[in-house]
Amino acid sequence: MNMMRRLKVTMAAALAVGLANTFTAHADEQFFPLQSYRVGPYAAGGTGFFGGFIDYLNLINIRDGGVNGVKLTWDEGETQYEVERGVEVYERLKSRPGIAAWNPLSVGIAYAMIDRITKDKVPLITINHGRTDSTDGRVFPYVFPLLLNPYSETSGIVNYIASKEGGADKLKGKKIVVLYHGSPYGKETIPIYKRLADKYGFEVEQIEVPHPGNEQQSQWLSIRRAKPDYVVLRGWGVMNPVALKTAQKVGFPADHIIGNVWSNSEEDVIPAGDAAKGYIAITTQASGADYSVLQEVIKTVYGANKGNLDDKKRIGSVYHNLGIVNGILNVEAVRIAQAKFGKRTLTGDEVRWGFEHLQLDPARVEALGAKGLFHSINVTWDNHEGDGRVTFQQWDGSKWKVVSDWIAPDWASLRPIIEKSSAAYAKEHNIKIRTSGDEPVSQ
Amino acid sequence: MPVLTPAKSSWFSGETLWIVLVIVAAYGIVPLAGSDYLLDAVLTPFLALSLAAVGLNVLTGYAGQVSLGSAAFLAVGAYAAYNLHLRVPALPLLIDLVLAGGVAAAIGIVFGLPSLRLRGFYLAVSTLAAQFFVQWALTKFSWFSNDNPSGVIDAPVLSIAGSAFTSAAERYVFSLTIVVVLTLLTLRLLRSQSGRNFIAVRDHEIAAKVIGVPLLRTKLLAFAISSFLIGVAGVLWAFAYLRTVEPAGFNLDRSFQILFIIIIGGLASLRGSFIGAAFIVVFPLLLSRVGAALLGSVFDSGVLEMSQRIVIGALIIVFLIAEPRGLIALWDRAFAAVRPAKRPA
Repeated sequence: MNMMRRLKVTMAAALAVGLANTFTAHADEQFFPLQSYRVGPYAAGGTGFFGGFIDYLNLINIRDGGVNGVKLTWDEGETQYEVERGVEVYERLKSRPGIAAWNPLSVGIAYAMIDRITKDKVPLITINHGRTDSTDGRVFPYVFPLLLNPYSETSGIVNYIASKEGGADKLKGKKIVVLYHGSPYGKETIPIYKRLADKYGFEVEQIEVPHPGNEQQSQWLSIRRAKPDYVVLRGWGVMNPVALKTAQKVGFPADHIIGNVWSNSEEDVIPAGDAAKGYIAITTQASGADYSVLQEVIKTVYGANKGNLDDKKRIGSVYHNLGIVNGILNVEAVRIAQAKFGKRTLTGDEVRWGFEHLQLDPARVEALGAKGLFHSINVTWDNHEGDGRVTFQQWDGSKWKVVSDWIAPDWASLRPIIEKSSAAYAKEHNIKIRTSGDEPVSQ
Repeated sequence: MPVLTPAKSSWFSGETLWIVLVIVAAYGIVPLAGSDYLLDAVLTPFLALSLAAVGLNVLTGYAGQVSLGSAAFLAVGAYAAYNLHLRVPALPLLIDLVLAGGVAAAIGIVFGLPSLRLRGFYLAVSTLAAQFFVQWALTKFSWFSNDNPSGVIDAPVLSIAGSAFTSAAERYVFSLTIVVVLTLLTLRLLRSQSGRNFIAVRDHEIAAKVIGVPLLRTKLLAFAISSFLIGVAGVLWAFAYLRTVEPAGFNLDRSFQILFIIIIGGLASLRGSFIGAAFIVVFPLLLSRVGAALLGSVFDSGVLEMSQRIVIGALIIVFLIAEPRGLIALWDRAFAAVRPAKRPA
């Protein structure tokens, strides 16, 4: 690397740019504060996701000149997936003008931000993760667990296992072990697995792997003793390849391990080598770079040498594609809000309105160049998840192969549980439950 | 453990003026002039960790008992205050705070018992038991986090006698008041017979026993006071700074962080606890701001983060070579050089 030369040139350039930035008046800009993590045990997820997100924002800026002429800007703060660093970055960036939305990609950080962003009236996006009951937009006006909340994910996985066994009635008497990451994210689904086990009559045993999860011998010995029919891997970062390798050591077949949505990336299976062959995982967005939006990112962004990933082989990987999808959802929310409020820099509350009307049907998804990348989304003022579909993919040793259709989780049966939990939160925090989407949000 | 000089009596004479000046500035100027970012994200965590460092300094710096369980006591304080607030809503927050410190002190005494038989590294390893046990218990029994499935608790709003502390400045003043009061009380204690007993035990345990220092009482008192202070610091960390808590936030890394604060700041020096906390908490933030402003457009945040670690690591080595007794000794030397006439003999 020509690091030194780069450094020298940029020192000078950065000073000049910094000065210029201070003096130019802000044209219409929409700012994305990024609490990213490129260091630490979860760096693979962080670099892929934020890389994809930034690549998409870059694509919109270069190809379209921004959203209707409003340029997208961003700034990164390193969190290492640690809550107090996330909070520090939040406090650092929150006073920037024109913030569109926060995307911390960490349940712990998101939890710490809920009170803060609600007070500041800026949306908080927790795509594919987050606090499940924040799906209820009546109580959490500013929080959006887009596409897939943890309960829907659980329901999707159980439905998939049922379909493999030949129907929901065949789940009776089966045994499922959930191996979960010892963090707020990992624990989020403990009650829902219990509930679904009661509903379908299967037996569930939930075993914790302490963060970061690079030692799992005892957990897998317990699994061997339990002799389950399936193991659900609710992992994150380094925990996933270690789980697959340890499973191989104790002789548990990989094709009976079902990974959740944060155990579904190339970075999870490649380090496990052989042990990952046959492993199945849920996903909301397909992997691969064949989709036209990915091709445009490669041509326009990486062609202009503005790509965010250092390793171009990771273009189209699961995390990168999730970042791209996250970029699409954020940008479209801004676009939808602009159609109502005007083509200018929007306030956080206006972008919140945009997210609450983020309805992309398969035709619109195709127009955005993402047909097949993800299915659709239909967010409303009271459903902040937006009915995302899931699919399952199997690792064949070199790439992910889709092995199911787009499956709908069992939203109707999950909603009452979510509403019960959000009602308790509303009571505890004296929140007035909204009764319609037009109502201005009071806090 | 190196032999260290006890706190100088000048704390009460010449430097009283300095203490008063610092406190006046901290109350009078900082809340008015400081931005929300400075108050909320820099000074409040700085105050909480300073108090924790004062607590650990009582135990390690003054009484000579090494502990690696500080984060556990932070967690005990935070969770105790949360549960007291939740389950006994009639109690005012200040009482919760004191009781939470009390709970931490009680647990500190239990885990301090091995200190009667173990010393140095062996004691340090046994305090690891506290670290692992507390984290395990808080994760295992969901009662502690009010059965929240994620194990995360939302801290209540700080309020005393009906008035809530909701702005950054108010939370800062709240933390500052607690820290100032407890630091002054600790100072008072260290100047008393108990404080001298601590130092006697640290410097020569057998000699201390011979001259009639009650070892059992002194060591357990040191553990109790230290855990109390760290417990209260945990409440500040959880309630005033993060406003949410999960057990993983109080892991072994945090214990080491507090230990490094007092080693770098200066063992057996309360001022050292504050300077050490400033170095460990505030300095990396400054560095990251400067780094991001100068080079943020070229390197991604990961590269910047790594280079900051290198800079901080190098500085720690430089400081400790220049002055093994910590930053506070450097500070005093620099100060004495500026004012040679007043240099104490």
